[in-house]
Amino acid sequence: MIQRLLAVGLLAGLLAGLAVAALQHVATTPLILAAEVYETAAEQAHGGAQAQEHAAQEHASHENAWEPAPGLERTAATSVATSVTAIGYAFVLLALMLLSGETIEPKRAALWGACAFASTGLATSLGLAPELPGAAAGDLAARQLWWIGTAAATGAGLFALLRVERPLAGAFGVALLIAPHLIGAPEPAAPASTVPAELAARFTAAALAVHALTWILVGAAVGFVWRYFATKPSLETTA
Amino acid sequence: MTTKTFSADAILSPSRLEILRAALVVFTLGAGLVYLAGFSYPSVAHNAAHDSRHSLGFPCH
Repeated sequence: MIQRLLAVGLLAGLLAGLAVAALQHVATTPLILAAEVYETAAEQAHGGAQAQEHAAQEHASHENAWEPAPGLERTAATSVATSVTAIGYAFVLLALMLLSGETIEPKRAALWGACAFASTGLATSLGLAPELPGAAAGDLAARQLWWIGTAAATGAGLFALLRVERPLAGAFGVALLIAPHLIGAPEPAAPASTVPAELAARFTAAALAVHALTWILVGAAVGFVWRYFATKPSLETTA
Repeated sequence: MTTKTFSADAILSPSRLEILRAALVVFTLGAGLVYLAGFSYPSVAHNAAHDSRHSLGFPCH
């Protein structure tokens, strides 16, 4: 059983991840590179603005370590990271569908993917919109914690609303959807940024589209690969 | 003895138990992979995954 799950998750995640990596290469990476030009220019201008100090600090902490060379190496590193994320998402999706006794087939799994996007993409974006390098932001650990909490609460809230048929499940679900936004995401001290607003807005929209496609592709791929393996009894018996 | 085995099976059949156990293992593995690519702190992980983190909406800096 576990071998089958691992095989389905790996294959589905890899397929979706590579497709998303190709999309990132044309949709989001060019905007990141453009933002870095502004960020570097602001660092070199030696201005006293808070955003510039912030940008310099965040870069200094990672500067001495290895980083991928511009061009092919950086694209490859991004593609690997995106594929690892997609494989992780595929494992999580498979596990949650199995735990809740759901039938795993492409349409259903893609719908679960859409709900997962609402959790990790839409809900988190309300507090922490996808941002370019150089944008002002609050404390990293606090933002990560809020991001994880919001994704988990929204996912659980949607599950309670859509799948639990008990009195008050709906009200509990709505409460879970709203709670993270009442708590509120960690905010930067000042909303300063080295990135032009127009570029930032384009990136946020592009990143949300990429995020949505990631989950829907992961879901659909999990459904198709699961079905493919199910029609191969030899694989099932060895698993 | 037979009755005992039967009632235990009725509560949680071995196959269902196996599925739950496998699902929990796979969930933990998946969460770990997402953490590694999207959240982990070592500079090498941050630098390699930088563009991917921004693009997938993870808090990065």
